[in-house]
Amino acid sequence: MSISEFLDMGGYAVYVWSSYGITLIVLVANVIGPLRLRRKLLADIARATRRARRKS
Amino acid sequence: MFNNFFHKLASPKYFYGFSGRLLPWLATGFILLTLAGLYYGLVKAPPDYQQGDSYRIMFVHVPSAWMSLFIYVVMAGAGAIGLVWRIKLAEVISISSASVGASFTFLALVTGSIWGKPMWGTWWVWDARLTSELILLFLYLGIIALHNAIDDKRIAARATAILAIVGVVNIPIIHYSVEWWNTLHQGPTVTKFDAPSIHLSMLIPLLLMAVAFKLYYLMVVLMRARCEVIERERNTGWVKQLVESQ
Amino acid sequence: MNSDSLTRAYTLLLKRDLILAIRRRAEMLNPLLFFVLVTSLFPLGIGAYPELLETIGPGIIWVAALLAAMLSLDGIFRSDFEDGTLEQFLLSSHPVSVLVLAKVLAHWLITGLPLLLVAPLLGILLGLPADAIRTLLLTLLLGTPVLSLLGAVGVALTVGLRKGGMILSLLVLPLYVPLLIFAANAVDTAAAGLPVTAHLSFISALLVLALSLSPLATAAALRISLS
Repeated sequence: MSISEFLDMGGYAVYVWSSYGITLIVLVANVIGPLRLRRKLLADIARATRRARRKS
Repeated sequence: MFNNFFHKLASPKYFYGFSGRLLPWLATGFILLTLAGLYYGLVKAPPDYQQGDSYRIMFVHVPSAWMSLFIYVVMAGAGAIGLVWRIKLAEVISISSASVGASFTFLALVTGSIWGKPMWGTWWVWDARLTSELILLFLYLGIIALHNAIDDKRIAARATAILAIVGVVNIPIIHYSVEWWNTLHQGPTVTKFDAPSIHLSMLIPLLLMAVAFKLYYLMVVLMRARCEVIERERNTGWVKQLVESQ
Repeated sequence: MNSDSLTRAYTLLLKRDLILAIRRRAEMLNPLLFFVLVTSLFPLGIGAYPELLETIGPGIIWVAALLAAMLSLDGIFRSDFEDGTLEQFLLSSHPVSVLVLAKVLAHWLITGLPLLLVAPLLGILLGLPADAIRTLLLTLLLGTPVLSLLGAVGVALTVGLRKGGMILSLLVLPLYVPLLIFAANAVDTAAAGLPVTAHLSFISALLVLALSLSPLATAAALRISLS
């Protein structure tokens, strides 16, 4: 089972690999989302506490 | 010991720490199972006598479809628990599942229509399963839209819980009526969309991927829930410590 | 809180809503005009081929009826929400789901039922045979209450929002799918002269289910939206 044969997927390469590609993209996006959200949240809170401390 | 564990989980601080420790294990579990599933599915499993290699899309399409329904039921269940017993954690889990569930439904639809192209020559087929999957996507989008439309987080969570419960009651009715509707337009030669009769070498990767997707769902829902917890507890002491420590 | 005071509250509320609606009689015409207008757009868009119109007629009429009912849903709680009577309902000693049922029944009598008056005209407009129109009326009679009952849940969820209208359709339309499938197909099979008892029994099952469960969901949703 050479690599090129594997990639060819019996002529259905376009369909098989596009499905797996889209799946990969969606799964990765759903992991990156919360990570970025968490960092943004922590930054917001840090800025808010700094501002509150400066005011008092 | 068990209800003590649940009791402790109710406190957001403990939940945040506990889920934090759980995430790496879930991530490795997911990656290992997916690699195994892909290896057995794409390399080891023999080509299908009818569909050749295009059936391998099944290893992504079918688990996604299973997950889309599974997550909706979990979302409705968690929403119900959150509503009835006022457990904040259940509300948070319910809300955090919405976008993952919608993504899996979208995946099931896209991979389903891509799989349909070589088999039927068209991108979209009004097949019973794909149609109920499409309606399930609308249900998810309704929940996400309602959640974003309400500003107050607590009311938003409880309103979406109601919608999820109403939705989960309607899902079997929608599924049955779409199946019935499909038999009206289906010609006598029913090209069964079903996966080919599952041979063991095809069943194993399918189950591997199904379990992998479940671990993935748990991981992502915990990650989103942690964000939701930080958001809700933003002016408590432990969150401030957390911010300093970052 | 004994039962006769509950029935009295129920009938009082029903009477109040009907009187309010009849005072603004012109507004009652809007769903009807919308229903006729949408249905007559399709032949303009598709072309007036008689047999084509006849085959897609039932579907068109039912989708138009569904949209007409849905667009008029906003009126159920909107005015009460703005002048605060909705809070009074929640504070009253009577079970909220019964009061909600009164309001939904009033809404159905005002907007759902009148659709039946216009339906035969549209049936003729699209060239449906006589017994198809008869079945159309039957399905509308059984179906429009379901539209109001399920729609009331969506309205109760979005009553607090500024622009709840758009979201209402996204929440409610997926729930209308089973009714649309069976009702439109009932009229189709009737046009072909086949018996439709199966379809009608399914639609009445949907009606009974909606009648018994959705007031509970609406009451809970109101309690949450106004909390």
